[in-house]
Amino acid sequence: MTAPPASVAALLEAVDDDGAVAVDGLRVGRAADGYALETPDEEWTGLAADDLADALEPLSDYVTNWRYWERSVGGEGTARRAFLRWCERAPLELEEAGDEETAAHPSVDDPLSVPERYDALRDGLDREWGQLCLTARLVDDADDDPAGERVYDLWHVDDADGDLADLEVYDDPRDAREIATYDEDGRYRPLKTAPTLPSGWAFTGLSGEELVETVEFFYPATVANWHRELRGTLDVDHWTETAERQTGIYDVLDELPREGVEWMAEACCVDSQCLRRREWEFDEDDALDVDGGDGPFPCREPCSLVVAAARKWTILESEQERTYELELTASEYNQLAELIDAVAEGRTDEIREADVNDGANRYRARYLRAKRFDEEGNLEARRIDDRD
Amino acid sequence: MQALVIAAHGSHLNPDASDPTYAHADTVRETGAFDEVREAFWKEEPHFREVIRTLESDEVFVVPLFISEGYFTEQVIPRELRLEEWDPEKWDSDGTSASQVTLEAEDVGKTIHYCGPVGTHDAMTDVIVQRAESVTEDPDVGDGVGLAVVGHGTERNENSAKAIEYHTERIRETDRFDEAKALFMDEEPEVDDVTDYFESEDIVVVPLFIADGYHTQEDIPEDMGLTEDYRLGWDVPSDVDGHRIWYAGAVGTEGLMADVILERAADAGADIGDAVESVREAVSLETGADPEPSAEPGD
Ligand code: SF4
Repeated sequence: MTAPPASVAALLEAVDDDGAVAVDGLRVGRAADGYALETPDEEWTGLAADDLADALEPLSDYVTNWRYWERSVGGEGTARRAFLRWCERAPLELEEAGDEETAAHPSVDDPLSVPERYDALRDGLDREWGQLCLTARLVDDADDDPAGERVYDLWHVDDADGDLADLEVYDDPRDAREIATYDEDGRYRPLKTAPTLPSGWAFTGLSGEELVETVEFFYPATVANWHRELRGTLDVDHWTETAERQTGIYDVLDELPREGVEWMAEACCVDSQCLRRREWEFDEDDALDVDGGDGPFPCREPCSLVVAAARKWTILESEQERTYELELTASEYNQLAELIDAVAEGRTDEIREADVNDGANRYRARYLRAKRFDEEGNLEARRIDDRD
Repeated sequence: MQALVIAAHGSHLNPDASDPTYAHADTVRETGAFDEVREAFWKEEPHFREVIRTLESDEVFVVPLFISEGYFTEQVIPRELRLEEWDPEKWDSDGTSASQVTLEAEDVGKTIHYCGPVGTHDAMTDVIVQRAESVTEDPDVGDGVGLAVVGHGTERNENSAKAIEYHTERIRETDRFDEAKALFMDEEPEVDDVTDYFESEDIVVVPLFIADGYHTQEDIPEDMGLTEDYRLGWDVPSDVDGHRIWYAGAVGTEGLMADVILERAADAGADIGDAVESVREAVSLETGADPEPSAEPGD
């Protein structure tokens, strides 16, 4: 393939304006003895303007790659640009961060060279972002778009191998808001990073800007915080800072005992409940015992859901423990544990109607209630201590 | 580059709470007046804490989608946006006159123009009137009609009532409606007795709330006697004690709210070109094409 003349001309103009251009291994500069051109494989020096144009012509991928990144995407140093580069496994250009630090990040693979990327982009290059599968590809129809332009498709990871014809297809990023609002069962998802994103939809042919916008509607602020983390500038607010900052009805939060914070993190911030990886701890040098999880997005401070729940737990933890005595058979005692576990795991919907072997089966639960609850609907028990 | 952030409450429980925020943000997006437009929430994502860092613009206009000055606009939003230099004194407001203050967000080093809430802007008066027009499907509504502007009432925030009274007074001064009254849920004069306060047979009731929810879709219609049970719905208008009550639902869902957001940002120095005119035009087309008032509960 030869480079489109318009892209070559634009590149030459950029060299004349700025003295040099350099992107992804392509370097073109102007020196006293003429132009210098360099790719990872070849080098020319002392080229006259016409020779440079000729030399660039067979370097189509490099030229259109320059055009895409410098003209279509731009935004040097922005999270948007870094994210789009990550989508096609281009070097991330993170100047502030050491390369090692960046390379060690779980989201980062070895970068691909321009020819490798172009090969991959022709077939479509897939990436996962939480429950999203993103595909970067070269525009099929070069007549409509400048050569080397990328477009992006986006669907649920569960649909990645399916047929596009089975999916509801969208092209407006704002539609992502509606999709992200409800889970498969039509229940409201107040936590956008809960692993409950429904499948069955696709966004196709998005521009880079639209892709980032769509991703941000699915997983707000994840791109910005990922970018900060890669650069080593993620600002984490630990539990105590967050709790002390609260006012109004949340003013009580700093009274939640430390072990309550542990239990809360275990309840809310684990991989089964949230795709964010908890980076906040009890305090800067006082880590929680609970693992922060392997989620792809860093969580830099307790979210509003956790803050609201923590208020409830703070109030509940201020109560005194008491001892109760109640009549239960051994199986009924075990059944209570099964009930709590089934609710905590969100498993109640899966328990079959007739599966009376499961302690959390609805009939089993109703039988237990019929047997052990009094007329007021309370579990019959005696408090046997008078500590106050 | 300039960005607009619409800062709203949102909800962990009710997915509809953020609908007006999204709708108005989209209207502003379509004007193209800002390079970036972002919704941000206290109870949803992106949270106030995280929103500014998602923007590329250096100039950011933050407009609180709240009715009154108070706890959220004076404490929560500036704190969560990390506006370290913030002090409510900087607004130099009597409770309804906050305009804007320019500050720096500490975590991102961007210039933030922190605006007063939409609810106290003068343009909000027009939105209330527009709401009366859309619910009655009468662009000239006013003659022989009483208008009740309904607010929550004190409840920890004296400015809440001030905002209601402010607009009621402004509407009264126009002499457009035969009567204009400020009524409240939690203080006198109470919305329960709405018919006691009006001589006009027709009364338009406009609640000054941002989103439809518990108060506007359950409490107020039942308190006013429009319906026994909000789940059964109510008619617009409904007959109550010999009056016809045109109940409008939350004013914050009115299309013209986008105009107030733009005005707030423009007052703070945003370059919005002819965005206000294009919103007004779009909104009047919209109301012309679809005069159905949204009074069905639970939608
Ligand atoms: S605080 Fe926990 S639940 Fe909330 S976003 Fe972070 S990791 Fe997820």
